[in-house]
Amino acid sequence: MGRTMAAKIWEDHVVAAHDGQPDLLYVDLHLVHEVTSPQAFESLRLSNRRVRRPDLTVATMDHDVPTRGGRAAADEIAERQMSALEENCRRAGIPLFGMGSSRQGIVHVIGPELGLTQPGLLIACGDSHTSTHGAFGALAFGIGTSEVEHVLATQCLRQRRPKVMAVNVEGELPLGVTAKDVALGIIGHIGVEGGRGHVIEYRGSTIRELSMEGRMTVCNMTIEGGARAGMIAPDDTTYMYLEGREHAPRGAQWEEAISRWHALPTDADAQFDREVSIDAARLEPYVTWGTNPGQSVPVTSRVPAPRTETDERALRYMALEPGTAIESIPIDRVFIGSCTNARMEDLRIAASVVRGHTVHPKVRAMVVPGSASVKRQAESEGLDAVFREAGFEWRDAGCSMCLGMNPDILGPGERCASTSNRNFEGRQGSGGRTHLVSPPMAAAAAIAGHLVDVREFN
Amino acid sequence: MEPFTRVIGVLAPLDRADVDTDQIIPKQFLKRIERSGYGPFLFYDWRRQGDFILDRAEYRGAKVLVTGANFGCGSSREHAPWSLLDAGFRAVIAPSFADIFKSNSFRCGLLPVELPDPAVRQLIEFALQNPGIEITVDLERQRVAAGGFEAAFALDPFFRECLLNGWDEVALTLRQDAAITRYEATRPGWLPVGR
Repeated sequence: MGRTMAAKIWEDHVVAAHDGQPDLLYVDLHLVHEVTSPQAFESLRLSNRRVRRPDLTVATMDHDVPTRGGRAAADEIAERQMSALEENCRRAGIPLFGMGSSRQGIVHVIGPELGLTQPGLLIACGDSHTSTHGAFGALAFGIGTSEVEHVLATQCLRQRRPKVMAVNVEGELPLGVTAKDVALGIIGHIGVEGGRGHVIEYRGSTIRELSMEGRMTVCNMTIEGGARAGMIAPDDTTYMYLEGREHAPRGAQWEEAISRWHALPTDADAQFDREVSIDAARLEPYVTWGTNPGQSVPVTSRVPAPRTETDERALRYMALEPGTAIESIPIDRVFIGSCTNARMEDLRIAASVVRGHTVHPKVRAMVVPGSASVKRQAESEGLDAVFREAGFEWRDAGCSMCLGMNPDILGPGERCASTSNRNFEGRQGSGGRTHLVSPPMAAAAAIAGHLVDVREFN
Repeated sequence: MEPFTRVIGVLAPLDRADVDTDQIIPKQFLKRIERSGYGPFLFYDWRRQGDFILDRAEYRGAKVLVTGANFGCGSSREHAPWSLLDAGFRAVIAPSFADIFKSNSFRCGLLPVELPDPAVRQLIEFALQNPGIEITVDLERQRVAAGGFEAAFALDPFFRECLLNGWDEVALTLRQDAAITRYEATRPGWLPVGR
């Protein structure tokens, strides 16, 4: 019987398999950032262990970094974390793209951008949105700090083999519906716990038609549906994106790599543990109304009546009444950024909505590019001018208001249309209220001053 | 890691589903570079709103938490199980746990106990109606018992062994050094390196 792509990559990376024990898997690429690594490095030091493969480890600063005013704007404890990362990388010989580096950025934006993220790799990072890298046909897991320590010391991960779920999305995306809406639509369908214990393989014509940026957005949100990894078969779109990038193979090695990558996709006769089908024609631009990413409705509809206690709590936190038209909900802040939606395609489409308009006087809006490189590219295309002239703040790269570890946070009660991935209570700032939307929907909300259907907006 | 064999302690109920790691330990407390000291910030925002159930005198010093499905969803921050441990909890009972939270918990010595929905519901009611009641969580026998309630639970046998013995997983893997080196020799030369 044939094998799934997940099974092929898994089996390619088994270092040791013992009866009754989880498999020991080799990690091709370990991405490190300042927030989930200091305790791991400290443990290594205390037990006199070394970093086994600093050459397969790449570090950046993203979670804490201020997005204006440079490093001097960081608070004392953020600075302590950044200095710790510098010191840890220096001692171990790990390449670090720190603040001020031309390659700095959100860890899940720079991996692909530098060509480090490649098909068939097993990738690990101490961040749940590591699932993003699966867009290239890699198996990419978010891990905790103990596992970060384990990978640093052994270059291996010890894991039980997950089940594999196929999510088939077929058909042409309707106008105004983006990869973000595909992700929100899938999570709304399977639920926030639907993917638990699984790796998700996204398949079907809709997925194949997505750009690499769109595929990354879909895979990024996999964890919000409860699955630890999401993946998409590599194809010409993948190869075209990768070819010529800094760390991509070249010449004869490129040819060899391509021939290996061609063998990765799931075999026609492979069996999935579970299959889900989504009709793209039925997807709409979604808005979350609650406090988890599964609580979403089409922008044209109304705040639903609560069905569970969780729903009731969410409505209270969000200060929303059932039956309220989504488009009547006023917005105080707009955030365009995060590892979900801060790549060139996201900024281009948001700018196309913004061009010639002005941010509503009651709204404070900001754009935070996903990396220093995205920022430079956007500026070379004049997108920064489009945003600034409309009244958006144009910031430096980082995670920023997606999780609010730096000074970019919502105030209590502030309501934000956000292109990020989590609308948890307090996620973007204590008491802040988050509505997850796509980049064009966020841009339109900034101008209208309330949530609005981007398809009706000009 | 401290070995885990059996815990007897107060059972505290948190009757909510989908409790995410941002609620367990909000991001402003992730800036420490130590593994300890997170206990005071456990469920920080909920505690600040007042009358939070875990702050009631009867549940002070609780060692076991019983809660709703999909506990620990969201971010991979191991600070979530660290903060529960630091606040005195040794085990959490729920119908299900988010994958990364469960994996992190095993690795830092917090025992995630999965019981069927009705059993969890029964325990939550039991803890609400008998505040301060003690529960026994026995990892060796894989059973929980409180008052007349008793249930068996399943657990990954590998992580059970690790917890019972307080094993250091890195040390276990380093014994496989030869296998790792053999695997490394088979990796194609064109795979990416960071420098």
